[in-house]
Amino acid sequence: MAYEINGESIEHDEEGYLSDINQWTPELAGLLAKDEGIEMTDEHWEVINFLREYYEEYQIAPAIRVLVKALKKKFGPEKGSNKYLYELFPYGPAKQACKIGGLPKPTGCI
Amino acid sequence: MSELDKSELDDGNPDGGVSLPDPLELPEMKPDAMKDLHSFEAAPKHETDLGFPGEQPDDWQDVVINKIGDLRQRYRSFRVYLDSCVKCGACTDKCHYYLGTGDPKNMPVARQDLLRSVYRRYFTLPGKIAPWLVGARDLTEEVLEEWYSYYHQCSQCRRCSVYCPYGIDTAEISMAAREIMDSVGKGQKYCNEIIGKVHAVGNNLGMPGPAIIATMEDFEEELKEDTGIDIKIPVDKKGADILLVTPSADFFAEPHIDGLFGYAKVFHELGVDWTLSTTASEAGNFGMFIGSYENMRKVSLRIREAALELGVKRIVFGECGHAWRVAYAFLNTLAGPWDFLDPAYPVPQHICEFTHDAIRKGKLKFDKSQNDHLTMTFHDSCNVARATRMGDKPGGQFEIPRAVIKAVCNNYYDMDDNTIGEATVCCGGGGGILTDDLMDIRVKGAQPRMRALRKVTEEHGVTNMAAICAICKSQFSKVLPKYDFDMETIMSVHQLVGNALIMSDAPREEDSEPVSDGASGEETASADPAA
Repeated sequence: MAYEINGESIEHDEEGYLSDINQWTPELAGLLAKDEGIEMTDEHWEVINFLREYYEEYQIAPAIRVLVKALKKKFGPEKGSNKYLYELFPYGPAKQACKIGGLPKPTGCI
Repeated sequence: MSELDKSELDDGNPDGGVSLPDPLELPEMKPDAMKDLHSFEAAPKHETDLGFPGEQPDDWQDVVINKIGDLRQRYRSFRVYLDSCVKCGACTDKCHYYLGTGDPKNMPVARQDLLRSVYRRYFTLPGKIAPWLVGARDLTEEVLEEWYSYYHQCSQCRRCSVYCPYGIDTAEISMAAREIMDSVGKGQKYCNEIIGKVHAVGNNLGMPGPAIIATMEDFEEELKEDTGIDIKIPVDKKGADILLVTPSADFFAEPHIDGLFGYAKVFHELGVDWTLSTTASEAGNFGMFIGSYENMRKVSLRIREAALELGVKRIVFGECGHAWRVAYAFLNTLAGPWDFLDPAYPVPQHICEFTHDAIRKGKLKFDKSQNDHLTMTFHDSCNVARATRMGDKPGGQFEIPRAVIKAVCNNYYDMDDNTIGEATVCCGGGGGILTDDLMDIRVKGAQPRMRALRKVTEEHGVTNMAAICAICKSQFSKVLPKYDFDMETIMSVHQLVGNALIMSDAPREEDSEPVSDGASGEETASADPAA
């Protein structure tokens, strides 16, 4: 199972998450988003970039509530709501945005 | 993923009245309807991390048969369950997965027979001599595949065992089957990856200590915004009285986080000195789901080590169903003795017992009108309902959570009697099924509960359902929309408690100065153990 991009093969698991998160590129994000039926906009990138920064620091994606709060602080109240995130990532910001951002899928009783 | 036909939920009645299907209505039988459902298998690394072989060995049949023999020697119950079924049929209509799918292999007796048939072939005289006469069959690759499929369509909820005249526990057979499959490297990705994360990081999420600390700081900020007071969620606080062990979903998912806020408010109001631990940051114990004593023990020992390291006097478990089974039924054998804890309190104690006790003693005051926009019902989680108790009376596990809800809410109605208490129907996502690749069976298995919920919404105007299990909460928030409910219909019990709890040090309108930490009552903790 692999994504083909620019003649390169990038391995992923059964659910489309990257086997090696270091292989992620912004270009690949575009391809992943397309598979999810999402057209990437600046708003999508704000979320993806925040997720990646958070992951870089803590080795895990943030809880949605933490994400919402951070977006609110950074980009204003209209961008700090669950509803806004679900509009951007309809299948759920945690799983869908992590996939596009090249991060592992959150696991557990969630 | 299957989209449900609306008529399955709500039969339109020509008279214009609403005729709702019985939550436990029998389905039309659909043989093999679910045979192709195959949960993602564990990668070799997920298996080896747990001490299982990474690949299926060439002599896998011998390994499986030896493993069955080993379990037969080790667990008398396993042998009794396999030997004693008389095919009376009492269990056939009791499984939510059978009711939701119509696949006869999801009848508990048929699920047991998948393994029993092989056991008979290799361990009983008639099965060895005349297998065709006694429903015995050879162990083949097809049999292994069938096991994998149908033993991952069992949430180990044990509803069937309540109705079995011999007390045969399908959950235990399903746990054994998964253990047998793991012995030949055929484990499930969802469970085994998660157990590996607990061993490596300390919780099912794989959330490292610094992330837990940062998240709790964020939550404290939110609590402060909401209440105006400094409600702490202490982490790794040495010398605290209470170690709270809670599902890591309480740090991450909705409505779980609101439950965590509820615990924090209760502890704060009582002036209790408590802490979370970054190393024992998980109540859940998926070792039970895969029937692995060794993994279950290793996960449990983290709690012991953290309790010793932090020097706590008590352990309280948060809202997690199977964790409470492991804690209540097995913790002492797995990780005891707990003689270093304060013997004046139950070891361990459930957060509902803790809160209920404080309510009974008049130590918490509530403004129930804060929950007046809600009309509640309660979903009994399978492991709490059928494998544990709370308090000191039989049935306490049913009464105490309801008593807590009724103390904080004015409007409450129970669902259909045949779907609650000991007869509770599973959420459809327990026992290691809570994964996207099994969404089909999750949605179908939730049908009896969703129908029972629909009935109380129609008959009594129930708006929301509370639960005390992280898996139930996550499962419902995913499947409720498939049944035309809002995902936020599901709530944490301590979310309701948090809504209504009157915080005695909350700033009054004319007094906007936040109250300092010292006044939050911590110094009274030793004199007032709150239970």
